[in-house]
Parts: sequence; structure tokens; C-alpha cells
Amino acid sequence: MLKDLAFLVVGTVLVNNFVFARFLGQCPFLGVSSKLETSIGMGMATTFVLTMTAVAAYFIQYYILEPFGLSAFLQIVSFILVIASLVQLVEMIVLKISPTMYNAFGIYLPLITTNCIVLAVALLIPQKGYNFIESIVFGLSAGLGFTLALILMAGIREDLEFADVPEALRGPAIVFLTAGLLAMIFLGFTGLVPL
Amino acid sequence: MANTIITSILSMGGLGLAMGAGLVLASKKFAVETDPRVDSVLEALPGANCGACGYPGCGGLARAIVDGKAPVNACLVGGEAVAKKVAKIMGVSDVGAAGDRKVARVLCQGGKEEAKFKAEYTGVKSCRAASMVNSGPKACPFACIGFGDCEKVCPVGAITMGEKGLPVIDEEKCTGCGLCVKECPKMVISLSPEKNEVHVRCRATMKGKDTRDACKVGCIACKQCEKVCPFDAIHVVNNVAVIDYEKCRNCMKCVEKCPTKAITSAFAKRKKAVINDTCIGCTICAKNCPVNAISGEVKKKHEVNAELCIGCSICAEKCPKGAIAMVRSEGDIKTSSCNACAEV
Repeated sequence: MLKDLAFLVVGTVLVNNFVFARFLGQCPFLGVSSKLETSIGMGMATTFVLTMTAVAAYFIQYYILEPFGLSAFLQIVSFILVIASLVQLVEMIVLKISPTMYNAFGIYLPLITTNCIVLAVALLIPQKGYNFIESIVFGLSAGLGFTLALILMAGIREDLEFADVPEALRGPAIVFLTAGLLAMIFLGFTGLVPL
Repeated sequence: MANTIITSILSMGGLGLAMGAGLVLASKKFAVETDPRVDSVLEALPGANCGACGYPGCGGLARAIVDGKAPVNACLVGGEAVAKKVAKIMGVSDVGAAGDRKVARVLCQGGKEEAKFKAEYTGVKSCRAASMVNSGPKACPFACIGFGDCEKVCPVGAITMGEKGLPVIDEEKCTGCGLCVKECPKMVISLSPEKNEVHVRCRATMKGKDTRDACKVGCIACKQCEKVCPFDAIHVVNNVAVIDYEKCRNCMKCVEKCPTKAITSAFAKRKKAVINDTCIGCTICAKNCPVNAISGEVKKKHEVNAELCIGCSICAEKCPKGAIAMVRSEGDIKTSSCNACAEV
């Protein structure tokens, strides 16, 4: 049991990292990764939303959608509803805790709603047939994987500021190249855990 | 089929209600108390987000004003009217000096006629480009180049290029945002308080003779203005006269004296002191007048010699009875020295 959960964590954070292996959530990944501090904050906020979404998705799937036979056509609608509400909640909490952070996030905070990792986590839970504990761990590790990707990228981008980048590659170009290289590195984790 | 529709509506409606209720509770629990004054101050500000105050947009200034970090009259664009509104919101009675509004002024008079050209420039019609070629086409390296970079950058259209090839600034339209000051490669535009009407319109720091050779209206550092100034407000520093705007009282004596007419002011705006009947003959004004323009016997109404009066308004400030009014022209007397209520 515990071994399965450990495999799930390693599998979600490293092997099937949502950003580098599934290529989801690219928008905030490139948008908020220019400073280490804000990227950590964004990672935390997204992790919170992901974990809560996983819990909510589990309950909605098994206590509302399946008993009434609605999962075929109401799954996405209901998950989006939950995600949007959770993001609203996170927005309130962040504004309360750190207005500076709130300003630094800017548009990317409400955009967690449209972060495809969140919807992917909600949709993957019934698809993979995770139980309650597994759902929570899955959501949490999806968030941790996203945070890891953001922190790696932000660290590299902070150093890139001082690098002598060829003029044609300055700005977004070098960032996309870096993201591609990181994704290739993460390919090396393939086969680390039995899935 | 109908059953599916009903359960869908009920389950989604219920979910929506539950989420909505949760958010309502959360918004109460996590409510951030913002100072309501910030919003009302923001409403009073012009909302142009020009940044002339030094804060990022009007919102930034509104927060700074409420936090007490900025004065109520910090908005240069809004001027006195906005300062009064903000002061009312903040409960401050003292608006601060209304003359704080700053406007841009061109500190060069070397037009096509006055300044000598050392070369003919035929390149790109931009001051910045021209200034890079041997400091510009004019003989004076400090002279306005006159391609109108400032005119292009002005967001309110207050700058037009005049006939002399120099920018003319409409002080009414100018918001004091300072964009032209930054744009000018020769730095001949500067912001100064609107109330100051006397300006040394030359920045040439060459020796007097060199300035004279390059331009007819340059400051030759003769120091005559320094000697004639009754208020110690003008000094020759680094071969060019500089006015201390704090001390200058717009008396325009230096303007009269300047041999090259490098110092300018609008003589039409020169004020004159007028003493009305509430004068008790205390002689304080006569003693304080720097040019001895006031005469009169003790305990009798004093008179101002309009020929001599330079409009410095020291007498008006010193008069214990408030019997002296500073007026611009004959027409102003009626409005500014009505004492009908004081006599009742």
C-alpha cells in the first residue's frame, strides 16, 4: 500500500511530470517563472488548488455523477465549476496573506482556473480508478511536480539574465529552448517506477 | 430521459449552491479591509496614470496619500482643484502652496536669427540624431536644436515649434509630466513652479565672450543681475545666471538690467501695490519696501509710486491691516480690494 503510494508520488512528480512529460500548464509555467520567489508562491497556490480539486473530484465522481449516471456528459462541467470556485477561494486567501504576492501573480492567479493540469488531475482520477487516499496523493504530487518545474525554470531564468545570449534568441526564444532541454532531461526518468 | 434531466439540474444546481455558499463564507472570513479613503482619493484624482507624481499610476498615489507618504497636493496634473478635493477626503485643511504646479519652460532663446550656425545639418530630422553630430548644428553646444523632439513627445499637445525654430510651450495646457525634459538631448527644457515668471533662458556655461560670439541672447555672466536683485535670488554659477525660484519674487529688476536679454519675463504680468483706505499710516510698508516706492506721513494714508514699484509684494505681506493689494492692471483693482464688508 505504502509502496504503491510512493510509486505514485515518484511517478507523478518525476516520470510523468505534468509540465515536462504531459506538456500541460505551459502558460503559467512560462509566465510566472521569471523570479524564484513568485514561482514558489505560484507553485504553492497551484498545489493547494490541485489537492483540493482531487478531493472534490473524487467526491463528485463517486457520490454525485456515478450514482445518477451523469458522468458521461457532466464530468467536465462539474469539475470546472469546482475548480473555478477553488481558485476564487485561493485568490481571497492570497490577497489576505500577502498582497505583494497577489500583485506579483497578476493575471496568472485567476488563470489557475484554466491551467489544464487542474482539469487533467480531476479527469484522470476516475479514469485511473484511484481511491480516496490515492486521489489526494495524486493531486498533491501533481502540484509538487508543477512546483518543481517552476522552481527549476525560475532558477535557470534568473541566471539567464546575466548570460550572454545571442541576440536572435533573447527573450521567449531562449526560454522555450530551455524548457525543451528540461523536458528531454526528464525523459531520463522513464522506467524509474513500474506503472 | 426526463429523469436524467431533472437529476442533472438538481445535482449541478446543488453543487453550485454549495460552492457559492462556501465562497460567501470564505469572503467574510478572508475579507481584506481596504481603507475606503483610498477609493475616494482615487476617484478625485484625474486618472490619467501619467506618473508625473513619481508613483506608479493614480492608484499608487492614492495609497501613498492615504498612508501619509505623499502630500495631498502631490498630483501635479490636477493642480489646486484636485488638491482641495483630496484634502477634504483626508480631512486636511491646509492644501499646501497652490503654486506648487510646475510647468515646462524652454531655457534657450537662440532661434534661427539669434544663434550662429557652425554647419548645415542635412541628416535625420531629429534633435537626438543631430545632437550626436558634433553637438548639433548651432555654434553654441547648449542651444536648442529645434527639430521638435519635444513637440512629438508631448502627450497633451502643449508644445508647438514657433517661427524662430524654438519650441513654444502653452503653460495652460502643460501638465508638468516632464516627458519633454527627458526627451530633449540638450536639456534646454526644465520644470519650474508656475508662479515664477522670471527665467534665465540660457544654459551656456562657456566664458562670456564665447557665448557672445555664438549667440546674441546668451548669458554672458556679467553679474549685473546679481547686483540688482533685491532678494539675493539670482547668482552667476559656472558662467551662467541661475535663479533661486524659492527666493525670486518676480520683481523683474534683473530682466530690466540684463544687457543681452537672456533673462525674460512677461512685463504685462508685473504687479503693482495699491493701498486702500484702511491704511492707518503705520509706515511698516515704507520701511520694508526694497525700492522705496512707498511714501507717506505717520498716521496718514500712504501712497505707492507706481513708477518705482516692482511688484515684489513684500509690503502686502507686512501690512498689519491687509490694506495693500497686489494688482496686475487697472481692471483688477475692483475685484481684489473690495473692502465693503470690513467697513460695516
